[in-house]
Amino acid sequence: MIETQNLSFAYRADDGARENVLKEVNLKIEKGSFVAVLGRNGSGKSTLAKHFNAILLPSGGKVYVNGMDTADADNTFRIRRAAGMVFQNPDNQMVAAAVEDEVAFAPENLGVEPKEIRRRVDECLKAVGMTEYAAAEPSKLSGGQKQRVAIAAVLAMNSEILVLDEPTAMLDPKGRREVIETLKRLNREKGITVALITHFMDEAAEAERVIVMDEGKVVLDGAPKNVFRETEKLKSLGLDAPQITLLASELAKRGVEIDKRVITVEECLAELLKKAGERGL
Amino acid sequence: MFRDIIIGRYIPGASALHRIDPTVKIVFTILYVAALFMIDNPVSYLIFTAYTAALVIMSNVPIRVILKGIRPMLWIFIFTAVLNVFMTPGEALWSLPIFSFTLKITKEGAAAGAEITIRLLYLLIGTSLLTLTTSPLQLTDGLEKLLSPLGKIKVPSQEIAMMMTIAIRFIPTLAEETDKIMKAQTARGADFETGNIIKRAKAMVPLLVPLFVSAFRRADDLATAMEARCYTGGTKRTRMKESRFTRLDAAACVIFTVACVLLFAAEYLIQI
Repeated sequence: MIETQNLSFAYRADDGARENVLKEVNLKIEKGSFVAVLGRNGSGKSTLAKHFNAILLPSGGKVYVNGMDTADADNTFRIRRAAGMVFQNPDNQMVAAAVEDEVAFAPENLGVEPKEIRRRVDECLKAVGMTEYAAAEPSKLSGGQKQRVAIAAVLAMNSEILVLDEPTAMLDPKGRREVIETLKRLNREKGITVALITHFMDEAAEAERVIVMDEGKVVLDGAPKNVFRETEKLKSLGLDAPQITLLASELAKRGVEIDKRVITVEECLAELLKKAGERGL
Repeated sequence: MFRDIIIGRYIPGASALHRIDPTVKIVFTILYVAALFMIDNPVSYLIFTAYTAALVIMSNVPIRVILKGIRPMLWIFIFTAVLNVFMTPGEALWSLPIFSFTLKITKEGAAAGAEITIRLLYLLIGTSLLTLTTSPLQLTDGLEKLLSPLGKIKVPSQEIAMMMTIAIRFIPTLAEETDKIMKAQTARGADFETGNIIKRAKAMVPLLVPLFVSAFRRADDLATAMEARCYTGGTKRTRMKESRFTRLDAAACVIFTVACVLLFAAEYLIQI
């Protein structure tokens, strides 16, 4: 579980002025939940993510990960183990020249027994569906595969929480799909808490809860169905509603009213088929 | 163009030589080179030739590959042989007076020339067998283990090995990036292919500056990612792949010792 209390964060600019990136953020991310954090560039969403595993420390307020205060240096490594972080550029976070060595890196750092490391590497590669690539060179993998390895590399610390800072920003649609499916499965099957930072609406639509950030503050927070209903507000924040929501409003203009809370392709299809049935098509 | 760079020309395989522990292989290669420069007796050279031939056969590396590795060194062989043949003083076999200077081949010179050529040849074959049968990563692991006793005098052997691993890991990434920047600069009119050396060296500046900037950015990202996975330097780290001294390594030690004993016997017991 992650909890922030009046979290503020300021960078010191070159001229000595303090620039507030996060302003009084109060959040609680429950254990086992799947949360998406949305926002345009400069909204503070990545800065927020870096507070979740003590890469950045608050300038004001507190962040607790599983009840541990991130500002306490004694907790740093326990926090980083509990809340693993995956970054945007898959190439820049890989240390090793072979996939299995990459996954072994974190447990090796923690001084885990070799046999246990082997067990964790096999288990984590299986969890992200990369077992057959264990001996491959990371540079030979696709973007989506690299990010799945990066996820496995974090899980090998036995993390209960995954914090992902725009993990799909540099991937093609197929790679994005792979990563999101992997995250959903880990969340569902292993009960891993997922905090996904993204600017893709369609990805956020698959979360249980969406937090929208702007200018360092939380502006919207709730289930995707409720958040995406606020099309006007989202537009004013420089965000577009998911394609399905846009499709629904376009359809509404042409006289086909479907439920505005429909956000996934499956739901939309079911809804359209129902409408078609009503009209006897 | 940079994507096919191969470091040390490693040829993957499963031969006995491939499977020997890299630490053992490195130590034996060093001893092999030392032995090569200590022998001085035709019988020793025969034994050494047999030993080298046995290694080449055991490695399963095609002879073609080894010959290919020798070719670029051919001129150095010829140069050192010629120097030795003509510059060693001694009993003249053949001489040609040129003005005040006499060009002559001596008996000692011919022997020295032959000896140095054979030594260089075996030196090249022996050391390339190491890199041909050991991947860069295994080499790094081997070096780390060899350096680990130096940890007691504060040599950061684990950190050195980590740096080498990261360097190997980033070769393809940076090569790809170089390719990309080169294409981007060519599209903007940069010319990397024509002109003299100075002009071409100058043309590299718009290639190297962005490459360095991006390498620093990558290094910064990587450092954060490593910290996020609890990296704190070498001291408390464990390794997933434990190397064990196998029967194969023991067999290698026995074979190597036998070869050394034979060489020693040939050097000191056979007088020619």
